[in-house]
Formats: sequence, C-alpha cells, structure tokens
Amino acid sequence: MDNSRLSTVLAIPKRPWFWAFAASAIAYLATLSLTEGRGGGELLSAALTFASFSAIVGLGQMFVITLGPGNVDLSIPATMTLAGTLSLKFMDGAADLILPGLALAIAVGISTGIFNYLLIRLLRIPPIIATLSASFLYQSLAIWWNRGLRIKPPEALADFSTGSIAGLPNLTIIGVLIALLSWVVLERSIFGRWVSAFGQNTRAARLSGIPVETVRAVTYVLSAVLASFTGYLLASFSGGAALNMGTEYLLISIAVVVIGGCSIAGGNSNVPGIWGGALLMFLVVSMLNSYGFGAGVRLIMTGAIIIAIVAAASGKGRSA
Amino acid sequence: MNGKYRILLPVLSLTVLLAAVFYLQPRAMSYFGLNLLFNLAVPIALATIAQMMIIMVNDIDLSVGTFVSFVACVTATFLNDAPLLGVAILLASILAYAAIGALIHIRQLPAIVVTLGMSFVWGGLAVLLLPSPGGAAPAWIRTVMTVKPPLVPMAVVACVVIAGLTHLLIMRSSTGTLLRAVGGNAQAVARSGWSVTKLKAGAYALAGFFGVLAGVCLVGLTTSADANIALRYTLLSIAGVILGGGEFTGGRVSPVGAVLGALTLALAGSFLSFMRLSPDWQIGAQGAILILVLAVRLIFSRRGRKWKGAENG
Repeated sequence: MDNSRLSTVLAIPKRPWFWAFAASAIAYLATLSLTEGRGGGELLSAALTFASFSAIVGLGQMFVITLGPGNVDLSIPATMTLAGTLSLKFMDGAADLILPGLALAIAVGISTGIFNYLLIRLLRIPPIIATLSASFLYQSLAIWWNRGLRIKPPEALADFSTGSIAGLPNLTIIGVLIALLSWVVLERSIFGRWVSAFGQNTRAARLSGIPVETVRAVTYVLSAVLASFTGYLLASFSGGAALNMGTEYLLISIAVVVIGGCSIAGGNSNVPGIWGGALLMFLVVSMLNSYGFGAGVRLIMTGAIIIAIVAAASGKGRSA
Repeated sequence: MNGKYRILLPVLSLTVLLAAVFYLQPRAMSYFGLNLLFNLAVPIALATIAQMMIIMVNDIDLSVGTFVSFVACVTATFLNDAPLLGVAILLASILAYAAIGALIHIRQLPAIVVTLGMSFVWGGLAVLLLPSPGGAAPAWIRTVMTVKPPLVPMAVVACVVIAGLTHLLIMRSSTGTLLRAVGGNAQAVARSGWSVTKLKAGAYALAGFFGVLAGVCLVGLTTSADANIALRYTLLSIAGVILGGGEFTGGRVSPVGAVLGALTLALAGSFLSFMRLSPDWQIGAQGAILILVLAVRLIFSRRGRKWKGAENG
C-alpha cells in the first residue's frame, strides 16, 4: 500500500499535465519576485478567475479533439458571442430572468452544436471547415440581433460572476466543478470510454458496436454548450456582451488542450492539464506584462512557450 | 474523388458566382471591372497556394495569416528603406519555415500546434515592426502590381501565371510528385531512400516562399501595412484549398483548384456587396456560400464509403 502510494507520487512528473502546472508555478513566482511578494493573493485570484473561462471552453474543445485527427471546433468564439448577446438582450437587466437567460444561452449552444454536427454528418464537410463556415453564420446572427448595443447584465448576476466564496472566485468554483464532472464523464463513464475509443480507432469502435455517430454528435453539442455557457458567464462578468468577446478564445481553447498534455492525434486526454494550461496562458501574459514587455514580445514569448512545451512533452514518448 | 472531376467543382462555383456578379452589375464585365473584382484576390491566391503546400504533406498551417501580415510589415518598412536587409529578413523567414517543417517531422510534433505557436511569434514580430499602421510600399512593387497589360487585367494574368507555374511544379515535376507522396504515404517514401525530413522542410520552405510573395503583393496593392492586415488569410486559405478540391489527408491537392477556390472566396465578397445585402449579414452570407459550395461537392463524390475512410483515417 505505502509502496504503491510512493510510486504514485514519484510518477507525478511523468504525468502529461505536470509540465503545465510546473510552468504556471514558475511564471507565478517570477511575477511575484518582481513585486517582492506583494499582490500575490490578487494575482492568484485574477489567474483563477480568468483561467476559468479558458478552462471551460478548453474542456469542450478537449472532448472534440479527443475524437481524433481533423476534429476541432472553430465555432467556439462565435457561439460564445451569440449566447452572450442573445441572453443579455433577453434578460435586459431583469433579475428574475437570470435563470431563463441561462436556459436560453444553453439552448443556443445545443442548437449551434447540432447545426455543426449536421454539416459534418449530412454534408460530409470536414469539421474544421464546417465549424468555421457555421461560425460566420453565428457571428452575423449576433451582429444582427444585437445591433451593437451594450446591455448590462442583471445586477445580481454581475455580482455573482465577480464575487467569491471564502476567497475562491465563484467562477473558479464553477470551472472546477465542470472539470470534475468532465473527468468523471471521460474516465469513469461509458460515454467517455466511447469518445476515447472513437479517437483511437474509429473503425474498431464502430465494429465493436459503439454508436459512433451518436458519440460524435453529443461531443460537438457538448463543446458548443460549454462555449455558450462561458459566453453567458463572460458577458455577465465583463458588464455586457461585445461582438469580439470570443475572438481570443479560438487559439486559447486549442492551446490549453495541447499544453495540458492531451494528444492532438486524439484518443488520449486528461482533464487536470486543461486547468494547468489555462492558468499558464494567463500567468505567462501577466508575468511578461509586469516585466514591462510590450505586446510584440509578449506574443513572441507566448508562441515560443507553446512550442517549447509541446516539444518537451512529446519527448516523453507521448506522441504517435 | 476522381482527379478529373476534382477540378470541376471549383470551375463550376467560380463560373456561377461570376455569372451572378455580371447579372447584378453588367458594368463589372469590363477590363476595369474585372481588375477591381479580382485585385485583392492575388495575395489570397498566393496564401492559398502556401497553405496547400502544407496540406499536401498532411499538415495544416494556422500561421499563414500572421506570417503574411509579418511579411507585409517587413515589405513596408525594411524592403522599402534598406532593400538588402529586407531581402535578407524575408529569406531568413523562409528558412525559418523550412526549419519548422524539419522540427515537426523529426520530433513528430502536431503541426496544428506548432504553427499555432508560430502564429503568435509572427504576430509578435509584426507588432514590433509596425506598432501602428504605416510604412510605404517600395515603388517597384507598386509598379508591378498596377501594370496594365493589354486585353486582360493584371489580376487575371497573375492568377493564371500562379496556377500554371504551381501546376507544373506540383503536378508535373518529379519533386512535386515526391512531395505529394509524403502526404500519401510517408513511410513508403522513406523506405525508397528519400529523406522525409528534407522533403517536409522543402514543402514548408515552399509555403514560406509563397507566403512571402503574398505579403509583398498585398503591400503593392494597399501601399501600406499593419500588423493585422492579413489575419483572415489563415481561414480563407484553408477554405480555398478545400473549395479547390483538395483534401486534408493523402497528398490530394490541386494547385489550379486552389487558385480557383481563392478567386471564388474573393469574388463572394464582391458579390455580396453588389447584392446590397445588409452589412450585418455579409460575414454570414460568406459562410452560407462556403457551405453551399461544399454541399454541391457531395454530388461530385458519389463514392461515400471512400469519403468515410478518408475522414476517419
């Protein structure tokens, strides 16, 4: 018993998510060393808050990428924007419409997910192009619906999304709960096994009786629902929906999946790494910010770190 | 899909779209009109060819847009002020592309991620060069891009030349055949004694080369640059390759198709502005056109089973 526990601890650095958390810790300490430890709590709380958005959309992207080569959801930013604008306009600041607004956001996610899947399934369009073209439609829909108005979220919802319980931001609690749920689904449920089997060998999965098309449909819907939920939260958090609010989450959602140590070739994913990647993406930017680097250097360093982590992680014999 | 029919779809979609544009705006059916319609298509066509080089070897390049923006910034600054240094920087960036191709192959890294990282790097370099829009196009590029050949406008001539040359290079030369073979079966290529690393580096270098051409041409048309000038090229180029009958796996690409696909996408924008569509729906209509054309593709590929195989590979 003790031996196995020891070997579990010793095996931690070999876990694919280890590097994301280790690098996050380094970035955090490097930032604090500049301020001689002041503002550590604020930085941690900001990192936990902003990483929640990346983590939730990243989890959706993770399920899609687990399906294997060519499967990726490029419509996440447009779905976020559409859900954010539609639900905020619907609530129009009224506190009693918070839950119906949430339901509307989720409904947007379900619809866009089904639409994405139908393009892939019925029209046989490669997922990259299908989700990309569909995202143009969602974007237009959001523009047309919103007319550039910035509607404030209901006060109670805004307070909730910026508030915290016992020092932990509410958004982080939600993000961690969703991650736990995703972990259970991926590792402990039959659906999760099916998703992994689909990514490892679709033909074998189909021949062994797995309803592969249902698995794929549910996965795309799941990704869209998580994106629309994030859009709802982000719009409430930032005091209103903006038409470009999802833009940066396209690259981030893919980056956290990869930094977190999921195989981009599909069939192999891990949930903790998504949070590690999400924290890293935020902490690196704030570290470079506090060292006074401009936008250019910040972008170059972000890119170099993504490449370095992927190159280092694949040296662990993870790659195909 | 049979090779002969592969080219039919892009030809058909371009013809239909062109006919629709001429119907809506008969005055477009002139030397000046055609030039206006297709002017900005030249850099898009070059960027699409660059993307095709990467898709040909089974990878995908998410950094095309920021790379073209970076090249545009170099062109509008260094190439204008210090031509020698400018050329050196552009050559170095092509070498960087080749190095990335080699790295991806040697370490067996996922191209989608490495190019995603590179898109940050190119974007950062572009911001460092030109923090705010500006710079100036070198006079000679301006002259080349605005030259007025007799009968047919420059944009059309340029696209025909690009399609013809890349067709010879990729479909007719032995190097092109080898490069496509890397996408088809890299292991077989390696077993027959070729260095897949060198071939992949070559394909990436070609992509870098065409990316450089796209950026230089773009500045020749716009006369100045900014760091975000070509961001949408990443998605446009991927869509152009697929519209042109290319596939994500197996080295099945068509240079002529890719150029036609790029022209179709460029024309879709003009078509929508002629339709006097509300600006709200401009982007959405582009998506709808893309979906429509790809839906027509179903008719061209009767062999559904083969499709499923290619998709799930």
